Amino acid sequence: MTAPNHSWRKFKNALMQAVTLMCAILVVAPLVLVFYHLLKEGFSSVNWAFFTQLPKPVGESGGGMANAIVGTFILLGQAAVLGVPIGVLGGVFLSEYGSSRLNWWIRFTADVLNGVPSITWGMVVYALVVVPMKGFSALAGGIVLGLMMIPLVMRTTEEVLQLVPNGYREAALALGIAKWRTIVQIVMRTALKGIVTGVLLALARVAGETAPLLFTALGNRFWTHKLTDPIAAMPLQIFEYAKSPYNDWHRQAWAGALVLLLLVLFVNAGVRVLTRDRFQKQS
Amino acid sequence: MQARGGSHFGDRAFQWLTLLMALSVFALIVLIGYELADGSRLALHKFGWHFLVSSDWDPVNEQFGAVPFIFGTLVSSLIALIIAVPISIATAVYLTELAPLWLRQPLIMFIELLAAVPSVILGLWGIFVMVPWLRDHLFPWLQNTLGFLPFFKGPIYGVSMLAGGIIVAIMIIPIITSVSREILRSVPGLQREAAYALGATRWEVTRIAVLSYAKKGLFGAVILGLGRALGETMAVTMVIGNRPEIAKSLFAPGYTLASVIANEFTEATTDTHLSALFEIGLVLLGVTVLVNALAQLLLKTFAGPGVKPQN
Repeated sequence: MTAPNHSWRKFKNALMQAVTLMCAILVVAPLVLVFYHLLKEGFSSVNWAFFTQLPKPVGESGGGMANAIVGTFILLGQAAVLGVPIGVLGGVFLSEYGSSRLNWWIRFTADVLNGVPSITWGMVVYALVVVPMKGFSALAGGIVLGLMMIPLVMRTTEEVLQLVPNGYREAALALGIAKWRTIVQIVMRTALKGIVTGVLLALARVAGETAPLLFTALGNRFWTHKLTDPIAAMPLQIFEYAKSPYNDWHRQAWAGALVLLLLVLFVNAGVRVLTRDRFQKQS
Repeated sequence: MQARGGSHFGDRAFQWLTLLMALSVFALIVLIGYELADGSRLALHKFGWHFLVSSDWDPVNEQFGAVPFIFGTLVSSLIALIIAVPISIATAVYLTELAPLWLRQPLIMFIELLAAVPSVILGLWGIFVMVPWLRDHLFPWLQNTLGFLPFFKGPIYGVSMLAGGIIVAIMIIPIITSVSREILRSVPGLQREAAYALGATRWEVTRIAVLSYAKKGLFGAVILGLGRALGETMAVTMVIGNRPEIAKSLFAPGYTLASVIANEFTEATTDTHLSALFEIGLVLLGVTVLVNALAQLLLKTFAGPGVKPQN
């Protein structure tokens, strides 16, 4: 080996340690900065009115985002109704049935779907739901988020089902239990925590989506009682306020962003703490 | 089993049901392609291939060409990759090879949380914090030191192609980092041990035994990041300036495929305008599906089914 002398190599080793550490710090910095500014600009506007009142018109300060908060949960509820059954059952197929070739293609397509830009999902649901119904609606917003959840939930469900030891399946089948009951009552039951985790992460992911809602749910400054009307959502409201030239609205945008981020991070951090055993075993 | 015909039927029914649900992904991808193609029929008919080479975007006179948006998407994604790739891979190396064990788990958690930050929130931070800082500090400094390059000439507005690229970089760093980390972790330990046995230092082990072994997989991670960069919408729309121009300077505002859809779709007044936006969506879809398919092929052939899907 024509290696340079030992101390130079040791120095290079230390240098690269330092460089990669710097990069790791650089990666984490934006999260810290975003969080710091959200707290600084938004915290003072997160008050009782924020959670209970409708947006105020331009010029009046105060008001809140109650309708957008409720709207986001309504959209998520619809998305779950559509996306969870399809995603979970599809994940069951990938893990328990099928040939390796067919499943390769399904996995591949699901992963490609996960990379489809969210804005194009919005256009598709616009053509599919908004145009025939002749109007923007909460329903269209729920459908677009639900469709986006399908490949996400499918892949995480498959992953956790495969962590269930084969002995469980074999033991159940040896007792004469039908395969489908084995899957539902033993395999899925065992992996339930993991499945729920996957669903929650998918919900947290679509909760922050803005682009697909722009031309489906549209947004709304008032309460809505019908799924066929446009509905407010937190990301939409944040976007609208951020674009506006008014300081009052900017404050509301920061407050909304803080609440939305806390919601999303809470779900993410929560499920990671709850499923820590599994994650640590992997790393 | 013979005695329980009911469960036999139950088995068949359940298997078919799950098959149907799993096949929905094929239906979805076909549906997306079909709806976008259907929506853009008018524009396809009217402009043909000219759409992809014309740089006119004039809704009033109904002249539509996608070049400024394709340019903006490519340039902002390229800037993002130039920034994100070295940082992400170095971080992945740090996390799998060099970092002390106690630090790894918290750092990984931080990176996963960053991946979860909604685009619109990063955009909000981008407009009110990052862009003013870039305008007052980084951009003037770049102009003073590298101003001889055409990329760093011209007036500084703040909102710009470069700001768009930086925000996209922040968005794709967590994805490239965590996929690269999975790739590096799947490098067999024997590789490392062999290099250690020859007396290599930690960094030498990483460079010789790990990085060169994982090259293909890391390339897949980068391509996956590119796919996300091309389709990134909200954060970019908020900081890139939204002007359909092709400028040499990175300080000049730009526009991307995804941003023009986000901004003009609900305001499109004529059928041709709407159809042109659908065609923009079709172009975006085609490019991202190709890029993502390539990334998945690289990742799947590198590591087998062990690599987790990233979202």
